[in-house]
Amino acid sequence: MTDVLDTPLVQQSDAPAAHEEHHGHDEHHGPSGILNWLTTTDHKIIGMSYTITAVIMLLIGGAFAELIRAQLVSPNGHLVTFAQYNELFTMHGSVMIYLFAGPFAFGALANFVVPIQIGAPDMAFPRLNALSYWLYLSGSITMLLGFVTAGGAANFGWVGYSPLSDSINAPGAGADLWIGGLLLTGFSAIFTGVNLAATIFYLRAPGMTLFRMPIFTWNLLVTAILILLAFPVLTAGLIMLFADRHFGTHIFSVSGGGVPVLWQHIFWFWGHPEVYILALPFFGMVTEIIPVFSRKPVFGYKGMVFATLTIAALSLGVWAHHMFTTGVVLLPFFSIMSLLIAVPTGIKLFNWIGSMWRGQIWFSTAMLMSIGFVVTFLIGGLTGIYLASPPLDFFTHDTYFVVAHFHSVVMALVLGGMAGLYYWGPKMTGYMLNETLGKIQFWLLFIGTQVFTFPQYILGLQGMPRRMAVYPHDPQWQNLNLWSTLGAVMIGVSSLLFAINCIVSWKKVPAGDNPWDAHTLEWFTTSPPPHHNFYRLPKIRSERPTWDYNHPEAPALAHGNGEGSHS
Amino acid sequence: METTPQPPQGAPARSGRSRRLRGLIALPFAALILSGCTVPSFGAKKSDTTTGLSTYHLWQGFSIAAAIIGGGTLLLILYAVLRYRRKDDSIPKQSQYHIPLELLYTILPILIVIGLFATTLVVENKVVAEPKTSYVVNINAFQWGWKFSYPGTNALVVGQTTQKPTMMMPLGVDVHFNLTSSDVVHGFYVPDFNFSRYALPGVTNNFTFHAMKTGTFFGQCTQLCGLYHSLMFFQVKVVSLPEYRNWIHQFDTPAGAAAAQAAQQALEQQNATHVPYKPASTTGTGAAN
Amino acid sequence: MKIEARILLLLGLFFGAMCAVYWTWSLENAGGFMMFAAMLLGFLPGGYYWWWSRRMPERPEDNPNANPEDGAGVIGTFPGSSIFPFTLGMGAFMTVLAMVFGTWLLVPGLALVVWALLGATGESRHGGDH
Repeated sequence: MTDVLDTPLVQQSDAPAAHEEHHGHDEHHGPSGILNWLTTTDHKIIGMSYTITAVIMLLIGGAFAELIRAQLVSPNGHLVTFAQYNELFTMHGSVMIYLFAGPFAFGALANFVVPIQIGAPDMAFPRLNALSYWLYLSGSITMLLGFVTAGGAANFGWVGYSPLSDSINAPGAGADLWIGGLLLTGFSAIFTGVNLAATIFYLRAPGMTLFRMPIFTWNLLVTAILILLAFPVLTAGLIMLFADRHFGTHIFSVSGGGVPVLWQHIFWFWGHPEVYILALPFFGMVTEIIPVFSRKPVFGYKGMVFATLTIAALSLGVWAHHMFTTGVVLLPFFSIMSLLIAVPTGIKLFNWIGSMWRGQIWFSTAMLMSIGFVVTFLIGGLTGIYLASPPLDFFTHDTYFVVAHFHSVVMALVLGGMAGLYYWGPKMTGYMLNETLGKIQFWLLFIGTQVFTFPQYILGLQGMPRRMAVYPHDPQWQNLNLWSTLGAVMIGVSSLLFAINCIVSWKKVPAGDNPWDAHTLEWFTTSPPPHHNFYRLPKIRSERPTWDYNHPEAPALAHGNGEGSHS
Repeated sequence: METTPQPPQGAPARSGRSRRLRGLIALPFAALILSGCTVPSFGAKKSDTTTGLSTYHLWQGFSIAAAIIGGGTLLLILYAVLRYRRKDDSIPKQSQYHIPLELLYTILPILIVIGLFATTLVVENKVVAEPKTSYVVNINAFQWGWKFSYPGTNALVVGQTTQKPTMMMPLGVDVHFNLTSSDVVHGFYVPDFNFSRYALPGVTNNFTFHAMKTGTFFGQCTQLCGLYHSLMFFQVKVVSLPEYRNWIHQFDTPAGAAAAQAAQQALEQQNATHVPYKPASTTGTGAAN
Repeated sequence: MKIEARILLLLGLFFGAMCAVYWTWSLENAGGFMMFAAMLLGFLPGGYYWWWSRRMPERPEDNPNANPEDGAGVIGTFPGSSIFPFTLGMGAFMTVLAMVFGTWLLVPGLALVVWALLGATGESRHGGDH
């Protein structure tokens, strides 16, 4: 059964007594079952689909990682062949970056949370939102299909450097499927970016001025802008690469007068903003969680927004720090721009500490994961500063030092994502996740991450290059690799614990509307929220409307009122 | 770990002035210059080339800054986490802004960044400098091996994968390198020299080494270049100048010329039979070395 | 609306400045060109929002003292559910697979795309599928 749904705006009522008020025409009478899933345009269901798909991708990418680490336990591992090893790390990187981290960051929780946080009934373009998901799902399948083709999956690294990705060096269908998958997920990302920006610009609730938006929403707005700036470049590059492979153009091949380094420019012009496209949503999650569990407002709200915007602005001018060792880029320009990114990132870090300072910290799993994020991200951030210095990059480029650096960063993001799942999971499903299992998972994940990355830092400094199926016999290298593998196993076990937690916690403890005494609008509605999110809205007078509503006795924020009114 | 001790970098004389001039931000670097090589290595190798040594010192400077900033921040986090655990149900003071503090942790990092950038520039200019020299080596990377030729002479070394070709270079003089690739992107990397550079098709990359120690140093391709990337080894052998000259002149003898010719033929044969791509099922993992 | 416009314009301005510095300093054109495009991507929507923000009355979401009832009313009509996003997605999927598994896949792929485009447009015109 299908029906024409006039979308009424959120039913507005400021009266607390109206809590039980129920609006019949707000009920959704759509098709049910699988057809409902296929035809839904509800951002919450799409967000859930995104979340589940992305977590499955995390598990697939994680399985590849475990295979890679198992191969490296001994210097001359025989678990996989050279060619299989190349496929494994290529697909590990591709699945994690393209199919897990990005979609999880701006498709999963963002899709679910952002409209509710700003008091909107749905995304601005619900059907486009559904299309984003289907493109993401089919793109993921396309990329993974490479494994069932005769030539195997793509094998030129997740960066696909030309000429290694041309038709001579990578003739297989796996490479084309990799390109096709990226085209699909790339368009999916662009549509999500358009959708998020339009939603945040046009569907905010009355009184929700730009400078009262939760930091998570702010970060997603900036992420959306970055997506729109960066992803079209990647899409264009992929089409050029495909043309080189099949239509006889010579854009990236020397023999026809092309320039191989051009691919690196195009790729990293997307690739470095992409790092922030991945990171900013997770920064936002943590920025929501830390103040809630410290019972304080976020420290330095405006500084936080400023830092996010600065990161976005600078991120477009740093791409060639991935190319310092090519010898054909302007070293000082990219060095100073990259170093400068440390400043807004540092502001964020200190603001997180400031949010905890003199608070009342409740060590829930979400909070523990967030603190784990801050610590791990600090390590990843500091080692990133080294890489912004060209001489030090010459020294460590393409060694395990770089691998360790970005795994510190992305494992911090995994910790942040887990924090988000423990925090918003109850809102999405209506049921709490088991805290004891969650805490065990946290310690395994946090310690595992450090055990995983620290040996890699040392290995890199001792000269072990990345992407090696075998490595020279050296007892110390083997020991370090063994430790790293142990860390990877701990991380793997922690992921399994999360899956177990999801199963054992299903329909056990109802969450209620606001289990965390949280600040933002999504905690004002039911868990899970009704079809168009709200039965009523509170007055919005600060960036913490739900908190203000629940704590009329608490002193109002000194700067919470009237911000943004000057325009 | 590297064991050869290096003489302190002529520091004691500069101690007092240096500290005053450089001010608070540069203190770690000043301390570094003062104490020369007694500063911990922070996991890095002290290099056997002049530029590599500068890089190593830069590494130490960055590490001191990172240790101070990172350690301090970690302590702050730890303090906050231990001190402010929830004790009761009261609502703490809802403080949100502290402008002077926020300005402090905006401006201080900017100053630190400028300091780091300034030291980076100094070292970078040293590392990428191309002093005039008559010692030149042409390096060509290919799937999956290296060709070292010495312009103006007959010397030629070629080797693939596990053969570990040896590149000779003289001690104590600037040696200029022209790095090219004949197929995909490769990475020329000598861990002991703290340096790597891409070998790009269609581009000639230049760099200079000034070795300070004789010995044989391990080298490897760092940029993924296909199937046998993990086996693309080479060696750098640093010998005294007379020894180097002798080695070059060997190639002028009939035996030497024959060796060079054999190497050239092996390379041509490899080019003729080279298959850049093989399906996964047909490749095993061979011996690493 | 003015702040939204200002953010985008400022980003465009920053990219423009960065582009100018890079283009004059560097010998490489690809990056300068891409930064120029980024500048336009800041100015284009930023300028549009700026133009509109001067011509529209203040919206309740920009008014810090607005009450929830100020925004009441219908904000838009769209189908409560629609099969066409899925159809379009699968059409795109098949079209991409056609690049690898044979051009015959283009036939069902493009057919699905066309069907979805027609269907979705009709849906929008009638305010829902039927």
